[in-house]
Amino acid sequence: MNANNRKILVIGGGMSGLTAALEAAESGAQVIIAEKEPYLGGRVAQLHRYFPKLCPPSCGLEINFRRIRENPNISFYTMADVTQVSGTAGNFDVTVVVRPRYVNDRCVCCDACAQACPEWRVNDFNYGLDKTKAAYLPYDMAFPAKYVIDASVCKGDCGQKCAEACQYEAVDLNMQPQTLNFQVGSIILAGGWDLYDIAKADNLGYGTVKNVITNMQMERLAAANGPTGGKILRPSDNQAPQKVAFVQCAGSRDENHLPHCSYICCMASLKQATYLREQYPESEAYVFYIDLRTPGRYEQFMWKVRDDEGVHLIRGKVAKVEQEPGTGNVVVTFEHTLNGGKTKMTFDMVVLAVGMAPSTKTRPFPMPLSYTPEGFIIPELLPEGIVAVGSMKSPLDVMKSNEDATGAALKSLISLSRR
Amino acid sequence: MEERKVGAYLCKGCGIGEALNFEELAKVIKKDAKIPHIKEHDIMCSPEGIAMIQEDIKPEGEGINCVLIAACSHRVKYEEFDFPNVVVERVNLRELVAWTQEPGHPETQALAEDYCRMGAARIKKADLPEPYETECDKTIMVIGGGITGLTAALEAANNGYQVLLVEKEAELGGYGAKVYKSTPSSYPYTTLQDSPVHAKIAEVQAHPMIRVMTNSTIVQSEGQPGLLDVTINTNGTEETVRIGSVVLATGWRPYDATKLSHLGYGLSPDVVTNIEFEELAKKGKIVRPSDGKPPETVAFIQCAGSRDPEHLPYCSDFCCLTSLKQALYVRQSNPDAAAMILYKDIRTPGQTELFYKEAQSDPGVMLTKAEVTGVELAPGAKLKVSAKDTLLGENVAFEADMVVLATGLVPTTMDDPILNLTYRQGPGLPETENYFGFADSNFICFPYETRRTAIYAAGAVRQPMTMPMAMEDARGAAMKAIQAVEHVAAGMAVHPRAWDETFPDPFMQRCTQCKRCTEECPFGAIDEDEKGTPYFKINRCRRCATCMGACPERIISFKDYSVDIIGSMLKSLDVPEIEDEDDPEAPFRFIGLVCENDAYPALDAAAWHKLRLNPFIRFIPLRCMGSFNLVWVSDALSRGIDGMILLACKSGDDYQCHFAKGSELAEYRLSKLSETLDKLGLEADRVQLVTLAISEFDRLPQILNDYVARVREIGPNPFKEF
Repeated sequence: MNANNRKILVIGGGMSGLTAALEAAESGAQVIIAEKEPYLGGRVAQLHRYFPKLCPPSCGLEINFRRIRENPNISFYTMADVTQVSGTAGNFDVTVVVRPRYVNDRCVCCDACAQACPEWRVNDFNYGLDKTKAAYLPYDMAFPAKYVIDASVCKGDCGQKCAEACQYEAVDLNMQPQTLNFQVGSIILAGGWDLYDIAKADNLGYGTVKNVITNMQMERLAAANGPTGGKILRPSDNQAPQKVAFVQCAGSRDENHLPHCSYICCMASLKQATYLREQYPESEAYVFYIDLRTPGRYEQFMWKVRDDEGVHLIRGKVAKVEQEPGTGNVVVTFEHTLNGGKTKMTFDMVVLAVGMAPSTKTRPFPMPLSYTPEGFIIPELLPEGIVAVGSMKSPLDVMKSNEDATGAALKSLISLSRR
Repeated sequence: MEERKVGAYLCKGCGIGEALNFEELAKVIKKDAKIPHIKEHDIMCSPEGIAMIQEDIKPEGEGINCVLIAACSHRVKYEEFDFPNVVVERVNLRELVAWTQEPGHPETQALAEDYCRMGAARIKKADLPEPYETECDKTIMVIGGGITGLTAALEAANNGYQVLLVEKEAELGGYGAKVYKSTPSSYPYTTLQDSPVHAKIAEVQAHPMIRVMTNSTIVQSEGQPGLLDVTINTNGTEETVRIGSVVLATGWRPYDATKLSHLGYGLSPDVVTNIEFEELAKKGKIVRPSDGKPPETVAFIQCAGSRDPEHLPYCSDFCCLTSLKQALYVRQSNPDAAAMILYKDIRTPGQTELFYKEAQSDPGVMLTKAEVTGVELAPGAKLKVSAKDTLLGENVAFEADMVVLATGLVPTTMDDPILNLTYRQGPGLPETENYFGFADSNFICFPYETRRTAIYAAGAVRQPMTMPMAMEDARGAAMKAIQAVEHVAAGMAVHPRAWDETFPDPFMQRCTQCKRCTEECPFGAIDEDEKGTPYFKINRCRRCATCMGACPERIISFKDYSVDIIGSMLKSLDVPEIEDEDDPEAPFRFIGLVCENDAYPALDAAAWHKLRLNPFIRFIPLRCMGSFNLVWVSDALSRGIDGMILLACKSGDDYQCHFAKGSELAEYRLSKLSETLDKLGLEADRVQLVTLAISEFDRLPQILNDYVARVREIGPNPFKEF
């Protein structure tokens, strides 16, 4: 048997990818992770807390990073794009291009490069709520713990400043893209999801109305390692919002946007209502929903939040989100489905419960696969040896993604053992 | 270890060099820690620094076999400082000293010196692990022959493992075999499908690696993973089989509809449950049980029992899809018939929303949100359904020929341990007590982790779920079951310390049979023999060292972790005299015991954010707070240390401890301690436990300063002078 037959490539180093990789590696397979971002952990690294336990995701990530550190069967590449795939189960030929980080393994995260750096970049980790220097650490607990230089915002030869500031010879401005070739027996697709571009729903005001933010931005506002140090402040004037609307199904369950239900948004908004209520005892959270979807034991969490007198769950679809003239406040028009009729209410801030769009459109797999019109992978039609995980197939929450990823590791191992 | 040759390697990079006096530091290591071999480097993690250490490790060189690296946190530069077959101890001078303290301050220097003393104390006692070797049977037992069990059995067998599939009924298939059609599980999610169960039954029955036992129940399961002797009763005959690990897939039963008389059950034969309706559909044409006539109108009442504090305090997950499916049965059976679905919320998450849309587009399927207030008999052999708060009006009533109650599910583990483990802590999974009878996990990141090692639940016994979900779930559980036997065979722990080759090695001659370890082990890993002596079942052990913390005789040790090792670390501190106790800078000394997975990374994060931390506390990471042994408090206090703070994970219903009980047990032990401290005339506040999540680095400065201020108020440890 060819040694490559025991090798698995996992594309995506988010929670699903990490789980699939670790479960396979801890069962004896050789695993390579290719992650597009400069750090592992994906979207859960950006979450303040998980529902329903309200525990921090970094706790599970810490264990997973330790599992990687301790496991000789796993290797990983960040800033890595899979550009070519050919072959069949048992013998896939894969090309991975690793983009230059401009910082090598000698980096100790002393921050001298960032301090010397004169240029700023929009912080995508915080969904554009703040900026970092062009030389930056993706976030405080980033794994691997290594700085990155975003060359796209470097001007002229300003890179010399950070190179000179580094006492550890860690800045390497001549770093080139690296092309790597691997032979693997199986491939696990764990590219996760993109936040739907909710600016496309112009009635919801994202990008045009001040203080309308996405649910992921709300996560960053609440996180201690976020742009506000964990204080929920509305972006326009850094005031503490007292009355916040959560608009459910922002994009989801809508033929013009995402026809599916995004699974997590009901629980996520209920969870975020607890962030608000915990920080500001006088605050009020209004959740506008079509159906409250809190399946299984999540129901208990819904009851807990519902019973908070500062939380109002209103069955009604939001028709319009507008700026209150002359203020930073936001006017929400909604249709109250039970008593009928349109009603307007004014809020300090609006959180759009934006849904999941599959990542396959923005980051297509370099081999023809079968997709739904929205871009979800149709698992039954995947070639042998290729396994899709979690939200690549259908929207899921973290727990279900982990279940699915654990099963994906087994599917992948079975496809190897059949060779 | 036969002969220890310790080398100390001090890094001056990352601001450590500027913060500390290295001459003095070296003196302490040489004199107090008695390590003569000391080297410095400007950047120890650089290839040059690593090469220097590697030179010393070579047998023909210095032959160093214990490497003390005083540099950064062990959480970074782990690849660089990984030296095979060498005991490595990392002293965190960067995060815990240089990045969180005032450079050049005497207390900063004292802190660094203490960390070096502690590291030296540990490296002189820690040993390299030797795996626990044992026989291991790798057969996987799957309990339950429904869709989940069938899938798990096939997946494990297809990966080359022997499988024993145990089913209590005469036939395989469970509820999945009783359905007429399944809801769509694949794109475009619009057409009903045949149940996947039948094909799986055939595949299982033909599989050479799967042995099926029907009409069978588990009498008892004795032993430990890899060596579990399971006695199975088949039609009165008992057989004992050795297996390695278990997938628990015993599924569910419908909620008892006789408790739903408020929704009309029992009122008329034409009020049926969704299960009964499925049977009607499977028989052929849908007709009323009362008179055999095809119904013109069928009302479906959702959440019949579910989402109801009086009945099932959870959503049963499958009922919305099932009623949509059954509404289509009604329409297909009689194109003139109407189906009316009365719901609280329609729950069709993910892509199943597309099926909802499909059903909704059928003009004969009507849906409304409604709170059903009653079901009564109506003239003309009809049923009257009353509801309030509907989309059609505040109070409505309409007539139907049949009413279908969308009854929810109850896990089989609700009232039956099923596994019948002969473990001292009980026959079933402890999780069922917390989760309404479901054999669920507490963990979002690690959803298969239960408190019984190598036993993984899947399917509706774990959480309410639909068949497609159950099949995915089965694969995951099968993966974990396979991994568990492989780890047992290799002498390694399973999650969450999957890499760990150490194990508890009790010195039984000194055991007093107090039973604390057997009672407190979160994983039920310790049984007792007939005389009451604890008996460690190592393959059940997760290496949290809760037993080590529980043991008053301090006889439980791991190769690299023991009461003695931690005790030696805290006894190695330099405890200066307090000349003026009112001086706010007086050199009080404290120990901080911290969870290595959560509080310790939070300390590192505080350092990365360059927060100032109180300089009087010396932190020691613990595997888990459950390993906290009270003797450390007396060790510390008798040395003159002024107090001890424990930074633990959240306990309670939503506990965050990865070993389930660690912080709860540490709290419990502390509660016992305060009486003892009182008797000694010591204030209980000297020893405190504070809950800290990994993300709460920003709380640390305040927590630590408040704690130190409180003890300063009390005054120095009166035992200091002795």
